[in-house]
Amino acid sequence: MNQTLLQVEGLTRFYGPLQAVKSMSFEVRQGEVLGFLGPNGAGKTTTMQMLTGNLAPSAGSVTVAGHDLLEDPRAAKAAVGYLPEQPPVYRELSVDEYLDYCAALNRIERSKRRAAREAAKEKCGLTQVGRRLIGNLSKGYQQRVGIAQAIIHLPPVIILDEPTAGLDPIQIREIRHLIRDLGRDHSVILSTHILPEVQSVCTRVQIINKGELVLSDSIEGLAQRMQSSMLTVRFRQAPDRDTLDRLPGVTKSETRDDGSWRLYHDPATDPAEALVTLSVERGWGLTALIPQQASLEDIFVELTTEETAPAEAKA
Amino acid sequence: MNRMILTLARHELRRLFLSPLAWTILAVVQLIMAWMFLSHLDYYLAVQSRLMGMEGEHGVTASVVAPLFGNSAIVLLLVVPLISMRLFTEERRNKTLALLFSAPLSMTEIVLGKYLGLLSFLWLQLLLIVLMPLSLLAGGGLDFGLLAAGVLGLALLLAGFAAVGLFMSTLTQHQTVAAVATFGALLLFWILDWAGEGVGGGVLAYLSLLNHYEPFLRGVFDTRDAVYHLLFITVFLALSVRRLDMDRLGG
Repeated sequence: MNQTLLQVEGLTRFYGPLQAVKSMSFEVRQGEVLGFLGPNGAGKTTTMQMLTGNLAPSAGSVTVAGHDLLEDPRAAKAAVGYLPEQPPVYRELSVDEYLDYCAALNRIERSKRRAAREAAKEKCGLTQVGRRLIGNLSKGYQQRVGIAQAIIHLPPVIILDEPTAGLDPIQIREIRHLIRDLGRDHSVILSTHILPEVQSVCTRVQIINKGELVLSDSIEGLAQRMQSSMLTVRFRQAPDRDTLDRLPGVTKSETRDDGSWRLYHDPATDPAEALVTLSVERGWGLTALIPQQASLEDIFVELTTEETAPAEAKA
Repeated sequence: MNRMILTLARHELRRLFLSPLAWTILAVVQLIMAWMFLSHLDYYLAVQSRLMGMEGEHGVTASVVAPLFGNSAIVLLLVVPLISMRLFTEERRNKTLALLFSAPLSMTEIVLGKYLGLLSFLWLQLLLIVLMPLSLLAGGGLDFGLLAAGVLGLALLLAGFAAVGLFMSTLTQHQTVAAVATFGALLLFWILDWAGEGVGGGVLAYLSLLNHYEPFLRGVFDTRDAVYHLLFITVFLALSVRRLDMDRLGG
């Protein structure tokens, strides 16, 4: 059931002297929705183009459902559905005409094309617009046509490049819902720079920066990483650092410019209770106790900004 | 033939006819060719009696159809760039090329499919042109051998034009650039034989499209001419496949 559908090893891409993707390796299993997160220009699109055979890698290999993309491109490509950043639609065709053509391109037998087209339309909420010209549809619907095109041949792996870019909030919600549904039967890889999107649809996250994978974790792991956080506390009469460090669970403490303290602690043991008790006993005058959770944004910024990230974040 | 190539060709042809350009070109070319045909015919009828007494081939086929085909070649040389320019440039510009590249198709299938689509259009144009001389059957006979040679020659010539046009459209994102480049290349191939007797003159003259089209109009079918055209087509199609592969490889 949980077999590996996409295997990437040492994927590298040069544009001239510029190394856009640096020896990237990862796997996607069946039923996973993998979020590809990274700032603009991090190499997300380049990676996706290589996964779908639109761009030849400078080095490395891609295996889709057991077929090597370079050695057996036909079988590998048949197992992938791809929605590029801009949906590859012909504006002068109607939705039905276009999807029939896509079905034919993906070698669906003539007798089964109609059924495939209707099923894809059904999934993407396009049943009402089958006869309309794609050029006359709104951006959100064009995006759906793009997704319908990617899933019409029921590929095991679906790759979506920024599927919600340029949509309004309601459309974004609908597309996310659709992606979650797709994740049940297919493996989905989607790229985005919108952080909540990852939290709401993905089961696994990979953060990519300057062509390198800097983080690869499940959503649960990420949630844990976010919890393992800190308390911000403020005292009228601060105790010395040693006392704070000896509190149960505290791993590190530091003073801040505004006179408050930051206590980093183990996610398993929350020192808040002990801290309050001690404060009352010894008269430290605790005035503020704010539990703080790192957000995905903090992690993202930490991993992708120029300054060297603290060592523990990389662990 | 490969089913995928036919799918691509049919799609290409359908999209051509969804745009007004294809209809306009068919109509305008037909109008001009009809005008030429009628003036050739008019001239022929005027001098017919004098030709009777002369030596050599002066039937209606040689006097009307051959010049008509000769002129068609020039007119189509001007027109083919206009219709071929959008083949790959448009796909590239609208980013629809990704659809073809990520489908389970080989590059050769993509190129041949598009080529066949364009060629069907051009051969349809050829058919419309041939209908005019055929209409003469209503009032007399035709030299079918000569006519067939002419049709074959023009069909091969158009296939060559289409291959050059297709190649040029893979080079750029801009339709006009593709059109100008195609026109330039075709015209150059047409007039290569103008190179005098100087160094390489013979080779250049041999490479000229005109020199391999003209015999067909005289009713001479030489396999060497046919092979020249087939090689010409193959070279440009192969270059197109290579160029598209470079899209994936280069950066």
